Amino acid sequence: MTPARACSQAEFAAALLDPALPCPPGIVAWNASDPTPRLAVYRNNVVRSLIDAIAETFPVVQALVGVTFFRAMASVFVRQAPPRSRILVHYGEEFPKFIEQFAPASRLPYLADVALLEMARVRAYHAADARPLTRQAMSLALPCEDRVGELCFFCHPSVAVIRSPYAVASLWSAHQVDGDIGAVDLFAGEAALVVRENLDVLVLRLPPGTADFVIAIQQGTCLGDAAGMAKAASAQFDLTATLALLISHGALTSVHLPGKTLS
Amino acid sequence: MTSPALRDRPSTSTYRPGCVAAALPARAGIGLKPQHFLAVLDTRPNIGFFEVHAENYMVDGGPFHHYLGRIREDYPLSLHGVGLSIGSEGPLDEAHLDQLAILIARYDPVSFSEHLAWSTHGAFFNDLLPVPYDCATLARVCEHIDRVQERLKRPMLLENPSTYVEFTASTMSEARFLRNILQQTGCGLLLDVNNAYVSCVNHGRDALAFINDLPLDAVDEIHLAGFSSDQDAAGAPLLIDSHDTPVDSAVWALYAEVIERLGPMPTLLERDNDVPPLSALLAEAQRAQDLMHKAATLKPADVVEWSCV
Repeated sequence: MTPARACSQAEFAAALLDPALPCPPGIVAWNASDPTPRLAVYRNNVVRSLIDAIAETFPVVQALVGVTFFRAMASVFVRQAPPRSRILVHYGEEFPKFIEQFAPASRLPYLADVALLEMARVRAYHAADARPLTRQAMSLALPCEDRVGELCFFCHPSVAVIRSPYAVASLWSAHQVDGDIGAVDLFAGEAALVVRENLDVLVLRLPPGTADFVIAIQQGTCLGDAAGMAKAASAQFDLTATLALLISHGALTSVHLPGKTLS
Repeated sequence: MTSPALRDRPSTSTYRPGCVAAALPARAGIGLKPQHFLAVLDTRPNIGFFEVHAENYMVDGGPFHHYLGRIREDYPLSLHGVGLSIGSEGPLDEAHLDQLAILIARYDPVSFSEHLAWSTHGAFFNDLLPVPYDCATLARVCEHIDRVQERLKRPMLLENPSTYVEFTASTMSEARFLRNILQQTGCGLLLDVNNAYVSCVNHGRDALAFINDLPLDAVDEIHLAGFSSDQDAAGAPLLIDSHDTPVDSAVWALYAEVIERLGPMPTLLERDNDVPPLSALLAEAQRAQDLMHKAATLKPADVVEWSCV
């Protein structure tokens, strides 16, 4: 072979994502055949493996639109927004936003929110480990009753709240084992809590007001103010039931009075 | 950049597998897949080691770390990187190296390996892309491997790639390119027999001749995997390193030849797509184990004659 200019990795990279580009210069086959089908192996490996990664994170979105539509939609996404990180489990953060703007999917307005929920599940699955707050630690904190409203909590790193004008949590549940899609009222807005309890990621449909409470707590708002915000959002908000729910699923990791650590 | 003396290479033509400190056991191992975590813990298969892709464990917490930690208690571990992009024209990603160092400190793997390939250029392509075999690339790859070994404070193994194209810019054979890297950096060779076969078929070469041309005394691990078949523009076979099928009989035959010469070697059965039940992977590993046993009884494994390469 005559030494020649190697095609740069920039040229090779551009050709990977754009099948309309010609095969970069300096690429050959031993039998002098057109190297384009050979380059296509790389093109296919890249796009297919990235679509597979997206499919692994968003199985319910895929079930809702069907495999063919999903893979076509994901192929547009991966070419437009290839991963910036080498850690593929994080790939897809921008997919919900992409879906929202993807015209062929506009007839399914809930799709982007389902994608948000699925991304939150993957984030929760790989989130940092932290010991959950026990009922015991909680009751130790409670005796200073006059200052109960000042208590602050830390949420488990896996916790996320997804709010939607659509029934996202029910839609997600309907696609799990024993789910029933017929029972879902699509246009009944829902809020879902995503949390990893032990090693399992849960999706819990939250009663009215509870999402406001969890979001406030997550932002460091003290118990009294968070409860006030939740009550303002819904008169049905039940603080005792909410704390019991959060503690029983390990969504809280510690409680403290500002200036003093209680657990 | 001068390489630190990271590893004592035997200067004679006799090499004793297993005498290098901290080597994987000369047995068959399998890739650890999340869908098999529970089955592995329940059944504790009699297997030489497990291998994981480093990037899958670069997460903060959760089940992956939980299960790998438990499985690591009972099995030797090989950490196999797929995203370091050693062949990249740009500099190595120091943050990625930091993450590798954290994983190595946490899991104390017996071995760390990576590929002769690149995978990033701004974006991450999640594929192992080819490099031309010329002097400029050689210098760059050696510089990158020196940095990896310096940062991780251990020698790494470099895996021969499966490739689908060649570059007019190449001035040396793949075997010579690899030999130069090993000589200049002191890294070991991860001989992927499937990659060797796939590349040789794809480039009209003889796989056994290619393997014979490699610095076989530096092989510290072997990979076996399956491929899928296509054709190039002229109708010539084009094999794709797909890791989604059992090992092909041609690759088993090459492996048997390699093992007859090298004696038992740490041998990984790789399956990354269409992953079958654990029992199917263990059956393939057993086949490698049987071939090693056969080779060991044919010829004492502790003295193997080598042609100087």
